[in-house]
Amino acid sequence: MRILLVEDDAEVARFVKKGLQEAGHTVEHAVNGRDGLFLAASEQFDLMVLDRMLPGGVDGVRLVETLRAQGNRAPVIFLSALSAVDERVKGLKAGGDDYLTKPFAFAELLARVEALGRRPSVDAPSTKLKVADLELDLLSRTVSRAGKRIDVQPREFRLLEHLMRHAGQVVTRTMLLEKVWDYHFDPQTNVIDVHVSRLRQKVDRGFDVPLIHTIRNAGYMIRGEG
Amino acid sequence: MATTSPPEKTAPPPPPPPPAVAEPPAPGDDAAAPRQSGVAEAVADQLRTTPAADAEAPSPGFAAGLGARAGALRPPGLFRSAGFRFAALFAALFAAASLVLVGALWLVTAGTLDRQTDMAIRSDALALVERFREGGTTGLVEAIEERLAVDVENDSIYLLVTADTDRRLAGNLNRWPVAWHPTENWFRTRVVHDGAETQARLYKVELPELRLLVGRDDTERQRLQQLLTEGALSTSGLAGSLAFFGAWLMRRAMQARMRPAFATAAAISAGDLSQRVPLSGRDDEFDRLAATMNTMLDRIETLMDGVRGVSDAIAHDLRTPIARARAKLEEALANAGRPSTPEGAALRRAVERGIADLDGIARIFRALLRIAEAEAGARRAAFAAFDLAPVLADAGEIYEAAAEARGLRLATDLPETLELSGDRDLLLQAVANLLDNAIKFTPPGGEVRLSAAVVETADGGAGIEVAVEDDGPGMASADRERAGQRFFRADEARATPGSGLGLALVQAVAGLHRGELVLEDANSDGAPRGLRAVLRLPLS
Repeated sequence: MRILLVEDDAEVARFVKKGLQEAGHTVEHAVNGRDGLFLAASEQFDLMVLDRMLPGGVDGVRLVETLRAQGNRAPVIFLSALSAVDERVKGLKAGGDDYLTKPFAFAELLARVEALGRRPSVDAPSTKLKVADLELDLLSRTVSRAGKRIDVQPREFRLLEHLMRHAGQVVTRTMLLEKVWDYHFDPQTNVIDVHVSRLRQKVDRGFDVPLIHTIRNAGYMIRGEG
Repeated sequence: MATTSPPEKTAPPPPPPPPAVAEPPAPGDDAAAPRQSGVAEAVADQLRTTPAADAEAPSPGFAAGLGARAGALRPPGLFRSAGFRFAALFAALFAAASLVLVGALWLVTAGTLDRQTDMAIRSDALALVERFREGGTTGLVEAIEERLAVDVENDSIYLLVTADTDRRLAGNLNRWPVAWHPTENWFRTRVVHDGAETQARLYKVELPELRLLVGRDDTERQRLQQLLTEGALSTSGLAGSLAFFGAWLMRRAMQARMRPAFATAAAISAGDLSQRVPLSGRDDEFDRLAATMNTMLDRIETLMDGVRGVSDAIAHDLRTPIARARAKLEEALANAGRPSTPEGAALRRAVERGIADLDGIARIFRALLRIAEAEAGARRAAFAAFDLAPVLADAGEIYEAAAEARGLRLATDLPETLELSGDRDLLLQAVANLLDNAIKFTPPGGEVRLSAAVVETADGGAGIEVAVEDDGPGMASADRERAGQRFFRADEARATPGSGLGLALVQAVAGLHRGELVLEDANSDGAPRGLRAVLRLPLS
């Protein structure tokens, strides 16, 4: 993916740029809002990572508003030191697609970048999700593996659905909390881990190949091979 | 003449004229002053940094703060109204002034009348004594009869009697009045004169072997007194009702003038600091009060902006370096490759521990900022109506797995719906913190109970009670009072992980919703007494 990074802190910018490049993306970096706006308007990007507070008169929110007004629909992730819920709402209202507060784990950022970048665009709404021999039927809301029916709770179904929609991608704990439970809060204990391990018990127990993998220091991933 | 004017003098009654209405309230305004300080207190409550300032303000009662706020907008009862009290004071002053006026009028007119009558009587008596000296008894009798003959107004009184037998020689009285004082020459008494009983002013003259009584009919004076009394009585009734009407008008006027200030103060206590009291442009005391309030609000807003600026700056200036440090550690971890030596593995673990610690710092940070946000009350403007029941069910579901993993049971008892206006994410965070605590402190095999119900509050309104009960060791009552403070951790809890911000955040969220957090024993008898944390939220 071609990614535009607008971040004034050199250290953080270098780290993010390096990480994204290592993950196989092309990264353009601008150090202030004005340059960022110029780059975003003149070139084509698949995704933008913007600092919320930027020097140069154009801050992240203004930048997105301007781009959206020009019809630029590239997904935007805000990277911000402002954690207030209002700030988050402001960022999303302006046209941002995701909001990550500093300090952040690079894995979290990367997971969100990949999730946004490979968002199923106008895919024909499939009624079945498949990973290896695991099948999830969205209509009958049933799960089966190797033809064997697996009983799951409604919430576990949604959890599995989210993982399978992002098969092959890392999904972090906060992403699960936000997307599966639709809450923005700090659960203090690893409540999500318990839910995933319950799901794993049902999906992977008794099979030779585990599908749900824990990615160290990042989150979870469902994938068929390897 | 004087008989008609006095009542008219009392007629302009107490309804205080408009300028007088505007004048008095401000200097000695005893009602506006406490009200004003009430507003200041409400604002101060919002700014206070201690948690739950709201909930504990006037009385420990549930939603007392809300009641006080709603009460501020309701006009006070008639007799508690400052406007009414002022008007009543004016009415009383005016009544006193009218009484003094009527009294003075009476003294002056009656005195003049008395003096005139006395002078006429005296000169008459002197003339008659003169006639007696010149013409003896016969001359005196003639003179009296002459005078009676020419007295068309029929108000003169004469009586000449012999000193020893009281035989009437001349005059228009039948007999010597009974109530006379042998020693006093002047006296006033009732006499039968001209067939009618009247009040008379009399002067007694002792002559050789004769006694002469000269006097004037005093009915005029009597009538004046009666008129004055009647006038004063009838006008005081009118004045009383006018005073009452004036009091009512004044109360209304004052309320109308105070209302914008109340509305503004209420909006500000609800978290909207942009409101200002509108000025009437009259530049009177109310305007000056409003202007002072506005200046105060400007100052508060500046301070609040300053505080917000500081926390934004803290957020930015501290988070960015933490982000940098975390980035470097992550990078180091990525570059370290696979740990081939035990030293390498130890270093890796240390770096990972460092990252976890930084995440812990960031979490405390986030919690502190959230508490500050909730306490500032600014988020009330973003309150939305929603159903709390599914949110609680979700909280129960999220934590049920965690409880099970620790060998606990999480039981929920929730109603179908719990409509509420508030902040969904913050309320979930509050309940999550309570559940987290309960799970942390309950020994394996125990039970955590999450329940909610609509209850009646202390002041008769409706409220929602969300309770989280556990079978843990409970909390000492001394600790309970401090549990809502930031970074407070009970001695028994120091061994468990946590930042001491969980309950502070719950309390701040309760305060934001004008409710309160109550901690009590869950089991009244059993040895593991447990803790029951109740989040009480008023519905309004």
